[in-house]
Amino acid sequence: MSYIARRLEFFVITVWAALTINFILPRIMPGNPGQAMLVRFHGRVSPQTIKALEVAFGINNNESIFQQYFEYLGNTLRGDFGTSLTFFPAPVGDIVKQGLPWTLGLVGMATIIAFALGTLIGMLSAWRRGGFLDAILPPAFIVISAFPYFWLGLLVLLVFAITLGWFPLGFAYDLSSSINLSWDFAGQVAWHGFLPALTIVITSIGGWILTMRNTMITTLAEDYVKMARAKGLSPVRIMFMYAGRNAILPNLTGFAMSLGFVISGAILVEIVFNYPGVGFTLLQAVHSEDFALMQTLFLLITIAVLVAVLAADFLTAWLDPRTREQA
Amino acid sequence: MAIRILTDQAPVQTPMVSKRSGIAGTLASALLSNRKALAGAAVLAAFTLIAIFAPVISPYDPHALQFEPILGPSRAHLLGTTGNGQDIFSQLMWSTRESLLLAVVAGIMATVIAVVVGVSAAYLGGLWDHVLNLVTDVFLVIPTLPLMIVVAAYAASGGVAVLIAVIVITGWSYGARQLRSQALSLRNREFLEAARVRGERSLYIILFEVLPNMTSLIVAIFLGAALYAVLAAAGLQFIGLGDTNALSWGTMLYWAQANGALLAGSPLWVLAPGICIALLGAAFALLNYAFDEIANPALRPVRRKRWS
Repeated sequence: MSYIARRLEFFVITVWAALTINFILPRIMPGNPGQAMLVRFHGRVSPQTIKALEVAFGINNNESIFQQYFEYLGNTLRGDFGTSLTFFPAPVGDIVKQGLPWTLGLVGMATIIAFALGTLIGMLSAWRRGGFLDAILPPAFIVISAFPYFWLGLLVLLVFAITLGWFPLGFAYDLSSSINLSWDFAGQVAWHGFLPALTIVITSIGGWILTMRNTMITTLAEDYVKMARAKGLSPVRIMFMYAGRNAILPNLTGFAMSLGFVISGAILVEIVFNYPGVGFTLLQAVHSEDFALMQTLFLLITIAVLVAVLAADFLTAWLDPRTREQA
Repeated sequence: MAIRILTDQAPVQTPMVSKRSGIAGTLASALLSNRKALAGAAVLAAFTLIAIFAPVISPYDPHALQFEPILGPSRAHLLGTTGNGQDIFSQLMWSTRESLLLAVVAGIMATVIAVVVGVSAAYLGGLWDHVLNLVTDVFLVIPTLPLMIVVAAYAASGGVAVLIAVIVITGWSYGARQLRSQALSLRNREFLEAARVRGERSLYIILFEVLPNMTSLIVAIFLGAALYAVLAAAGLQFIGLGDTNALSWGTMLYWAQANGALLAGSPLWVLAPGICIALLGAAFALLNYAFDEIANPALRPVRRKRWS
């Protein structure tokens, strides 16, 4: 399975690239922002924390750049991301772990819904070229895909939460309750997550519709589809089992690649809805210039996306025999 | 093939360049006959005019805190005033400059990098292709917004230049991937073979034989990159990166959000800049979609129907 080996190689290289970007950034930026941050927090945090952060940002360090680099790589691989200055004395890892499940849940659900719905609409609109669906939806969603996620979020918030009052203004669950496993709590989570998820679905569905429609149009011209028609198979069967089945593969690869974009959009949506995921944490880190927290968030979001990409790659390898033979 | 192409979303097709009317003529006539392209071009032209004539159109100094805060729309203030007592309409007109400039400059720069990386990967082949391709894939998959936020936060005092830089760094990879695919498919065509037999240098072949045949894809990539720049800049400015005292639509949204504009009852403060961002983005997206249809005739609408 050399295809899978190559994908694994890519995974490792990309994680390494993200780690290296994190290492280089504070060292090449003009004006030494890391030092400025430490000066502001001096006296408020323990000397050990200062020492650890100096190592991370390469300040007052007599070690060679290579020693620093390997020390940093070692720390990160052991899961030691440093201390958050915003949430002192909590380790950065803990802060991120609180936010990550919320983001993964929100983005995961919204992306799966958008993918399923978009693929279906794209398929139908290609099947009936020039029909109602084909005439209205693709152009409409091109326009919507040009909307900034967060602004659409603000719009949705204005209409459904502020004006109509159907949904809560934000956060992931009622502030009066705490996290527990009950139907009531699950209901709250769904209730609070509805508007952010809706925003992500509306903005990301257009891409799926368009890609699916365009590949489906090419696939419908294939000889095996003509053959299926000639055999007198039912249209539904031809649409799903012959054309749709083959047209979905580019969408599936696109699914993985788009996750980075979706997460980027979701970060801003979280900020609009005060949703307690990593995006919201990232905003707090930006406002308090907590670089250690910011960089860890960047790293972990990258790894989360890469794991999803890898999963989609394996799925493609399983579904499409050509990827296996190509090796 | 050394590495499997991760994504092939854009149909890779050789553009049909007719010999008689030339590339520019073909593009222009195709654009004019496409309704989506016309709509996009019209919006873009309108924003360009607004950006040029902003000082003439806007009735007040956009920075002046001289009015009652949170006024509703009236004849004196078409879109009302901000929470700080500035005229929203004037701010909107002036903001067009930075937003449009950023989109075009970042779009062009990202396209240039995409062309250089994509075409040289395909043309040089071998190890170069492998390395350039890997770099492209890495940049393609890394989530751009967190990266942009980290870089922009480090360079907090940089203003527009920093925004353009981070957008270009994160925005070139998608185009490079598409250009490489198309350049690969062109590589073994007869006309390139002929040029090689004539003894032309590589640089000549790339500049005068390969690139002209990729014009429509390059234009499409510029439009995509410009759309990305519009949205990315709006997002970064919205969370307060870049220069928050400069006038741009994203910054207007930042101040609106910081002042709780929605709850304070001045939705226009949020709606107006957002609609402008969406319109500019939609203009680029529509043009891009139209180019897709022009480059790939199979996607053109079968029956002429009104869709708008």
